[in-house]
Amino acid sequence: MDFSYEQVAIFAQQSGLLYFFLIFAAICVYALWPKNKSKFDHAAQIPLEED
Amino acid sequence: MSLEEILYSGFLGLLFFYCVLAAGKAVDPVFAFHATIGAIASAAGIFLIVRSFIDRDGRVEPDEINGKPNYNLGPIKFASIAAMFWGLAGFSVGIWIALELAYPALNLNLPWTTFGRLRPLHTSAVIFAFGGNVLLATSFYVVQRTSRARMPGLVTPWFVILGYNVFIVLAGTGYVLGVGQGKEYAEPEWYADLWLTIVWVAYLLVFLATLWRRKEPHIYVANWFYLAFIVTIAMLHIVNNAAVPVSVFGSKSYVVWSGVQDAMVQWWYGHNAVGFFLTAGFLAIMYYFVPKRANRPVYSYRLSIIHFWALIFLYIWAGPHHLHYTALPEWASTLGMVFSVMLWMPSWGGMINGLMTLSGAWDKLRTDPVLRLLVVSVAFYGMSTFEGPLMSVKSVNSLSHYTDWTIGHVHSGALGWVGYVSFGALYCLVPWVYGKRDVYSLKLVDWHFWISTLGIVLYITSMWVSGIMQGLMWRAYTNLGFLQYSFVETVEAMHPYYVIRALGGILFLAGAVIMAVNLYLTIRHGEAEKPAADVALAPAE
Repeated sequence: MDFSYEQVAIFAQQSGLLYFFLIFAAICVYALWPKNKSKFDHAAQIPLEED
Repeated sequence: MSLEEILYSGFLGLLFFYCVLAAGKAVDPVFAFHATIGAIASAAGIFLIVRSFIDRDGRVEPDEINGKPNYNLGPIKFASIAAMFWGLAGFSVGIWIALELAYPALNLNLPWTTFGRLRPLHTSAVIFAFGGNVLLATSFYVVQRTSRARMPGLVTPWFVILGYNVFIVLAGTGYVLGVGQGKEYAEPEWYADLWLTIVWVAYLLVFLATLWRRKEPHIYVANWFYLAFIVTIAMLHIVNNAAVPVSVFGSKSYVVWSGVQDAMVQWWYGHNAVGFFLTAGFLAIMYYFVPKRANRPVYSYRLSIIHFWALIFLYIWAGPHHLHYTALPEWASTLGMVFSVMLWMPSWGGMINGLMTLSGAWDKLRTDPVLRLLVVSVAFYGMSTFEGPLMSVKSVNSLSHYTDWTIGHVHSGALGWVGYVSFGALYCLVPWVYGKRDVYSLKLVDWHFWISTLGIVLYITSMWVSGIMQGLMWRAYTNLGFLQYSFVETVEAMHPYYVIRALGGILFLAGAVIMAVNLYLTIRHGEAEKPAADVALAPAE
């Protein structure tokens, strides 16, 4: 089965957009998820803890 | 000898023989010269490995002493001093070429000192030699401290630092002697590119291996930025520099890309060198050194995660804005513009995150000039990342492109953001790695800050005026439809601004000289840090 350049390009562009957008949305949910707050509060202290 | 020492000795031994052979069979004198440098550097590498093997006498530095990580600081010390050295060299060459533009006779009528050869010497010296050594030094420090683990390897960390500086020497001498592949910010020829690839892979491995050994479960955000910088630069470097040498014993090569594809690959590389070398790498410095110096956690760790991923997703597409109104397809040009404008959001998100880290501690700006350098650098980051997207808009670009406005924009980012955040980081890092309480003199830091700030202001304001004037003169028509000005008239009109710009550069260099003296005095005569147990608790201010 042959695909034209346009068909491949449209598929790549639209699925690429969707793929990147969904990953980014998932990252935002992860960053803003209330349960993760204490974990991030601890992480922010990492440079300040002396060893 | 450990396996690592044996493998490095064997590799450098083979490289030594190849370099000697290449020096003998070289088809052009610059290649013979560079092969000689390669042979000397390989032999010196083997000498250093053998000497340190004899010195260590079968002992290996422990990973921990009394339950505390025993950080590897030697390579960091070397890279910090190298950064300061290359910074002074790069700023000086910049002043020289700025003066050449104002007074062309200063090119001395010699091929080695023409603008075309000294300009890449300046850009590479400040970006890759100064900036690169700052990134190497700080990344090795930050990844060890935030992982609470010693970086692995007897030889590899040193191989990364010294190998990188050998690359700098090959690149710089090549430019002056007239060897280069004519790609902006990627001028070194194929053999230097191959060498950098080997060094860079070793760098990535040291960084990843340190993360792998971490005692701290969470990977601190600064390390994410460093990792993005290392990985993306590797990818950009390999794709942009894909080339076929004419002879394995000659310096000339041909890049595999051609025509508009080559232009697009070049600016995909060029803009992401800005995005991932000069931005992501130095943002990593911001996320560690600003909280550390202000002694407060970063304003919002959540914002830092969103900042990181937004920057990664958007920056990679922005390159085509360097090619507006060229043979590049219209849609690619528009795509580059749109992504550049969207970059406003992560850039300003990051800037706000850096600045707001000081909330409740703003008074420290008055008393601590090192923190002031760091904070002003973040302000310059905000300013130049506001200006950049503006200039990427096609209608603005039709005025600004090819003019001095671009040069002014680049330098507000380079001097203000990259320069200041590097200075701030070195003022923190040098006392830390040499076990000193603080820099030798904060008063001198204050002088450095004000002198170089004046220099930056002179530089960027003169280039704004000069650039916009130049753009307007180029597009001015008479009422008969002829161009109003000949090209040489526009050049003549810029003379006073070129002089002001050179003066700005001289002030910036003067500040850096003060810094070098201050760091030397810190290392030599700085007050030693007291062991933690002896410090009496002081009441809070």
